[in-house]
Amino acid sequence: MTTSTAAPAAATAQPRVPRRRRRTRGGGRALTYTVLAVGLGLWLIPFVWMVLGSVKTQGEILRRPPTWWPESPTGDNFAAWFGPLDFGHFFVNSVVVAVVTVLGNMVFCSMVGYALAKMEFPGKKTLFGLVMVTLMVPGVVTFVPLFVMVSKLGLVNTFPGLILPFLTAPIGVFLMRQFMLGIPDPLLEAARLDGAGEWRIFTRIVMPLCGPPLATLGILTFLSSWNNFLWPLVAAQTEEMYTLPVALSLYSTGQNATDYGLLLAGSVLVITPILLLFVFLQRWFIRGVATTGLK
Amino acid sequence: MSASTTTAAGTLSGPRSAGQRGLGATRRRRQALVAWGFALPFVIVFAIFMLFPIVGSFAMSFTDFTARDIASPFAVNFVGLQQFFTLFTDTRFLTSLGVTGVFVLVGIPVTMIVALALALALNSGRGRIVAFFRVGFYAPVVTSIVAISVVWRYILQPEGLLNSALAVVGIDGPNWLNDPAFALPSLIMMAVWRNVGTLMVIFLAGLQAVPEDVNEAATMDGASPWRRLISVTLPLLRPTLLLGAVLISVGYLQFFEEAFVMTKGGPLDSTLSVAFYTYQQFGFGEYGLASAASYVLFLAIALISLLQFRLLRSKD
Repeated sequence: MTTSTAAPAAATAQPRVPRRRRRTRGGGRALTYTVLAVGLGLWLIPFVWMVLGSVKTQGEILRRPPTWWPESPTGDNFAAWFGPLDFGHFFVNSVVVAVVTVLGNMVFCSMVGYALAKMEFPGKKTLFGLVMVTLMVPGVVTFVPLFVMVSKLGLVNTFPGLILPFLTAPIGVFLMRQFMLGIPDPLLEAARLDGAGEWRIFTRIVMPLCGPPLATLGILTFLSSWNNFLWPLVAAQTEEMYTLPVALSLYSTGQNATDYGLLLAGSVLVITPILLLFVFLQRWFIRGVATTGLK
Repeated sequence: MSASTTTAAGTLSGPRSAGQRGLGATRRRRQALVAWGFALPFVIVFAIFMLFPIVGSFAMSFTDFTARDIASPFAVNFVGLQQFFTLFTDTRFLTSLGVTGVFVLVGIPVTMIVALALALALNSGRGRIVAFFRVGFYAPVVTSIVAISVVWRYILQPEGLLNSALAVVGIDGPNWLNDPAFALPSLIMMAVWRNVGTLMVIFLAGLQAVPEDVNEAATMDGASPWRRLISVTLPLLRPTLLLGAVLISVGYLQFFEEAFVMTKGGPLDSTLSVAFYTYQQFGFGEYGLASAASYVLFLAIALISLLQFRLLRSKD
């Protein structure tokens, strides 16, 4: 698919050159785009190869050298996921974990962000300092005690066990606080003079202004939850609780390890929702990276 | 702004009261309570699932905690620096330090150069076509490593897509993932593919902040495009480049998932990273040792971040 889009782009770039050359750097720009288009074609080959492989028969998958275009496309690999492998169940688990994690982060990080940005209280500096320090702590540090604790609490193989460790994130607090610092004080002061309580100010004035950081936070949290893999792998111990990446990873190391058609179909199913989301919300995804990266 | 209102209210007693505007002591106490109320849900979750494990991991690294001690966590023995001594005499841990080092030292420059080249190419264009390319090159970032690993293993098979393509140009490709000499380079290649998008976006944002008139002035003075890049754009971009380097090195130091899903640390420990070593010790039930290894990694990350921020500051 991609190579076919890359090729015409390269071909149509040719006749466009004379028209563009009236502007000084048009020729250079066409060349840049051609190189970029070829590069992008190569860059996306893993995705194309994944989709093509997912509709090949087992016989064709094993053939050497590999065929590019599927000879007799089949839906069997996908049928297996929707039939005996219970894709729907894993999908629902992934969605439940991701949605609760996103909502938790949005609500809790906004609340503490409001307190840190717009209120004075003893311990404020310490709290914010702790949040900033933990931004740097690698996940592997908390992993072992977290597992010991979650086992002690009897939460292994439950939704709370999957969700609670990710219900708030320091980066979310940072994001919300930074944005709320920019909300003008007189706006809140006026509401206070009118007798509005802090909760009312927070829900009626502050939150409606916080669309941009909430979108960023929501997208980043959803993405990391959907793709999260190591924690659910140890915290979900029966098929009942598997999320999509866990299910796919266990199938790809078990007896199906060489059934590439099946595994590629599973991969397509795992990445399609997030890719669709990304294409529709790409502006927000990219803004999120730019703002959190340039913190 | 707030200083003038404070003076008007006649309660200016010092810089600390600037934001409080004549709150009485009772009102201030009330606000503190309300503020902690707002912070409470976060603080509870943060304390239990973040602070406590960080402290717990630190404490565990000085004990002989194993999987059997989960039932009675406080009955373990204090062993001082024994776990750290064990770590640094374990050849596999030393191997993992080397593997992580190679991954970081090769991966960072390659990722940064590719990302910078893409950002520069996209920065010269405008409109929808740029958005299209940006989405395409960024796409690998949003995808699940587990799903991606399936297709990469399939591509890197001895007679897979990559070697078939190499055969067309007469190159006899290696058995990428099962050859100790090629497994780590394969994973670096994959990590570059998955991380270039992030840096590309950050560099693009940085490039857009470079004032155009500086470049125009250089053009008027007859500077070639290459000369402008080296002498004008890159020096102006240095803060962004260093931030990108910090971000990516913190990520690459924790190198784990690629090895976990692609090679399981093999063949012959050639892709055994520090984080993977830690995970293995956790799997063996050696919780004390795993905690010690994780703190070594933490220390390395903290040092490198500090060093890079120091560099960033001193050159400006």
